[in-house]
Amino acid sequence: MDTLLIALILGGLFGFVLDRIGATNPQKIIQMLNLTDMHLAKTILLGIGISSTLMFAGQMIGVVDPGHMSVKAAHLGVLLGGIILGIGWALSGFCPGTGVAAAGTGRIDALFFVAGGLAGAFAYMLSYDWIKSTGVLQVFHIGKVTLGSVTGSKYQGVIPLPGEILGIGVGILLIVLACVLPHRLAGKPH
Amino acid sequence: MWDWKIGGVVLGLLFFLAVALMKPIGVSTQFVILDGIIWDMIDDSVVTVTPAGYSSSNSYLAKSGGKYAKNIANPLNYSFLFVLASVGGAALSAFLRGWVPREERKMPPIWQANFGASPIKRYMAAFAGGFIVLYGARLAGGCTSGHMMSGMMQTSLSGYIFAAGAFASAVILARILYRKEA
Repeated sequence: MDTLLIALILGGLFGFVLDRIGATNPQKIIQMLNLTDMHLAKTILLGIGISSTLMFAGQMIGVVDPGHMSVKAAHLGVLLGGIILGIGWALSGFCPGTGVAAAGTGRIDALFFVAGGLAGAFAYMLSYDWIKSTGVLQVFHIGKVTLGSVTGSKYQGVIPLPGEILGIGVGILLIVLACVLPHRLAGKPH
Repeated sequence: MWDWKIGGVVLGLLFFLAVALMKPIGVSTQFVILDGIIWDMIDDSVVTVTPAGYSSSNSYLAKSGGKYAKNIANPLNYSFLFVLASVGGAALSAFLRGWVPREERKMPPIWQANFGASPIKRYMAAFAGGFIVLYGARLAGGCTSGHMMSGMMQTSLSGYIFAAGAFASAVILARILYRKEA
């Protein structure tokens, strides 16, 4: 099938599903982050667990190409960037994917989030040389690694066990975690 | 809204389908691509094409062999169209459920309960939040989609590190900011 057609179908489904699970609603994001409604966290954990289990199982029986994997480098910038992102995430109730989708649902605050996001990405482009000079992208540079090494992928594993088996194990663990996570971790029950 | 069991299964199938057919889902890079498209329209010396390939006067757009510069010069690419299509998909879903209630379009109830009904205040916070989120995402090399969901799906070490950092700061700040429930 044509690549661009797949982009339209999968992208369209992604936006549709984000809206259906409540992820485009900043109320639901904020209630997950202040631990008073873990519904969305359960959805996300289940989603990661199922996709992970299916992907590694598919690789083992030869129906999924391990060459499609795309693993990002681990370094100090990932942790710092995650911490910075978390601040804006809690403040706004949006992350990049859900903010763009929320703008499509007619939320005006999401339009401001997207505009701010374009400005933030632009600021990073302009400050990239300075960021690089601080060395933060090189500190603790572990590289592009997965838990175990997957046959046919170009990434190294950190644990000397088959990556597919580990991946299915972690996937099932995340599914169990999704099931046992309480609906509320803080505050009074409704 | 879907129950977490149905939602999780559909979300999982979608992330699986993406990696089976093409590649893992990611969003935040496309903010850079759209910035680059706009910047190049204003100043067409930003993206350069030579026989050696695409490059840019901006070192971030030129990195990794000019792959960002290439996508800016060719907006009809998989990753950019994916994100544009997600706006349409979310709009269709919202249309089918009768859109977002009018009183929630400016801000969610929990914001109003803690910070009042001023739309300007909410819009300023959303803009600042967007700025911080995308700056952090670019420093990390991905966001909640690419690093956390796609990364953890692939048992990528960077995905776990990112998720730990993002949830740590977000949960602490959300506990401080949103004391009143709504």
